[in-house]
Amino acid sequence: MKILVAVKRVVDHNVRIRVRPDGSGVETSGVRMSMNPFCKHAVEAAVQLAEAGAADEIVIVSIGPKPANDVILTALAMGAHRGILVETDQPLETLAIAKLLARVVAEEQPDLVLLGKQAVDDDSNHVGQMLAALTDRPQATFASEIKLDGTALEVTREVDSGRETIGLPLPAIVTADLRLNTPRNAALPMVMKARSKPLAIRPATEFGVDLTPRLAVEKVSPPPERAAGATVNSVTELAAIIAADVNEMEAI
Amino acid sequence: MSVLLLAELDDGTLSAATARTVAAAAQLGPVDLLVPGPRAAADQATAIAGVAKVIHAKQALLADGLANLLAGLAEGYTIIAASASTTGKDVMPRLAARLDIQPVTDIVAIEGANRFVRPIYAGNALETVTDPQQKHVLTFRASAFRPAASDNAAPVETLDTDIASAARFIAAHRTQSDIPDLATAQIVVGGGVSVGSAEGFKLVEALGKTLGAAIGATRAAVDAGYAPNDWQVGQTGKIIAPDLYIAVGISGALQHLAGIQGARKIIAINTDPEAPLVKIADVALIGDLFEILPQLTAELEKSGVRR
Ligand SMILES: Cc1cc2nc3c(=O)[nH]c(=O)nc-3n(C[C@H](O)[C@H](O)[C@H](O)COP(=O)(O)OP(=O)(O)OC[C@H]3O[C@@H](n4cnc5c(N)ncnc54)[C@H](O)[C@@H]3O)c2cc1C
Ligand SMILES: Nc1ncnc2c1ncn2[C@@H]1O[C@H](COP(=O)(O)O)[C@@H](O)[C@H]1O
Repeated sequence: MKILVAVKRVVDHNVRIRVRPDGSGVETSGVRMSMNPFCKHAVEAAVQLAEAGAADEIVIVSIGPKPANDVILTALAMGAHRGILVETDQPLETLAIAKLLARVVAEEQPDLVLLGKQAVDDDSNHVGQMLAALTDRPQATFASEIKLDGTALEVTREVDSGRETIGLPLPAIVTADLRLNTPRNAALPMVMKARSKPLAIRPATEFGVDLTPRLAVEKVSPPPERAAGATVNSVTELAAIIAADVNEMEAI
Repeated sequence: MSVLLLAELDDGTLSAATARTVAAAAQLGPVDLLVPGPRAAADQATAIAGVAKVIHAKQALLADGLANLLAGLAEGYTIIAASASTTGKDVMPRLAARLDIQPVTDIVAIEGANRFVRPIYAGNALETVTDPQQKHVLTFRASAFRPAASDNAAPVETLDTDIASAARFIAAHRTQSDIPDLATAQIVVGGGVSVGSAEGFKLVEALGKTLGAAIGATRAAVDAGYAPNDWQVGQTGKIIAPDLYIAVGISGALQHLAGIQGARKIIAINTDPEAPLVKIADVALIGDLFEILPQLTAELEKSGVRR
């Protein structure tokens, strides 16, 4: 089985971002970047399937500027076999990303495509589902468990009411949630080895996809700030405050 | 501008989020509400103000089937919308790509016919976008909108298209409880990993019970197995907007704060006066949750606060 994993380079999830004062966006220059956390879980799932003998090739694809190479290298160090950078300096909307990935899927013909459930910069939670539509494959989003049985998958998904298990035939698209696994930290020898694995760099323009944005971002603004309030000194005081709040609510 | 809105169902009944997303969608035009589920749910939906017509379809559980169903109806509408729930998130991007539309999702404010506000970076920034496409695919965060009234008597139209799905539903693992729905609750008590065990988490649940509150948890508490995954609040969990949020032993990581920005009042109980959650709380009590919670619950019980 061949697995394609899509990984995105984003502002590191530990960075407290700053909105540019002119409202033009979020400050990303000079900010620490890393692989989107959800994508790490997707890579780990692929590597575990390979280790279990269920997959023989893992291809990593990332769409973005040249430095996105770094997140591909991280995935190669975790155990993937080769990488593709679809290079563009243009910020792309999720539909354009999905269309580019659909072209890569058409070329690579993977049995399984793994993605993160969402990118922690735009928080869209779109691309896996869009790719599934564009490639006409079944999807299992928000996966917290993946079982492979021959040519069928059994995926447990985290949903608003708890969890649910669905079955889907391959080829399929699965997006990873955080409880799917614990991503490994690649040991130094693996990091060294990753540099010698094949990594193709292809300009995004080569794929014949219209990358023009559909939406106009008017402005980006910071959320309203919350200031610290009062500290109370006893449980009794706190109980009185809660009781008053709740009684007021009942009055509504 | 006519709207086709996918109703939110939970276990075959109309969920509280639906009246909220109808209220949001009704700002954009007359709403036809698609209810893929039991007939009783469709009948219930007729009462929601703002609904022009209820379209009742057979139960469709999985994303590809629902996206196909919506795509088949899309022709007659300029807007196709849903709640930003796990169902809406699963289905709407798939539908959008099928229709070659860039969707606008997790809308928290409607500023015009095609001008919307959505949070990015775990709610640390708000993006205002205009959508000049001819057709729009949207999802709304239910917690950001007040529910529509229930004084309507909309007609019901029945569809008998057969919905096929390549994926197959195997089993639901539902968290059974009689506590209020987290996403729309008026009061939420949230617990962190510092409760130390599932037993410890019971202290949080006991306080919640006294207040008639829904229960939330941090990712760390869920990962540790102290609380079920559907109680997780935050960037990857539920987004809540209660009148009162009581955060017990929660540090306030930005991914958790992402879920509680809509809370009107926040109370923090924490041993650490420097915890980020304490820094944004309206009221804080610094101390050990194991001492505070039993006493707090008892005092509230005694004072007769019970909803
Ligand atoms: C991509 C990504 C997505 C994430 N999504 C979410 C999400 O949706 N929701 C979420 O919650 N987290 C999420 N997280 C995790 C988040 O970063 C934090 O790790 C998590 O919220 C911390 O949980 P906590 O507050 O329970 O634990 P900790 O951060 O360990 O905090 C424990 C707190 O308890 C206090 N404490 C300790 N003992 C006591 C006591 N006896 N009495 C009172 N107080 C005490 C401590 O002072 C501390 O403030 C995400 C992380 C990533 C990377
Ligand atoms: N630029 C990109 N390059 C590669 N994969 C991406 C890119 N953007 C999004 N993805 C994939 O799609 C998932 C969901 O992203 P999103 O829909 O943007 O929230 C991510 O976790 C990635 O797996």
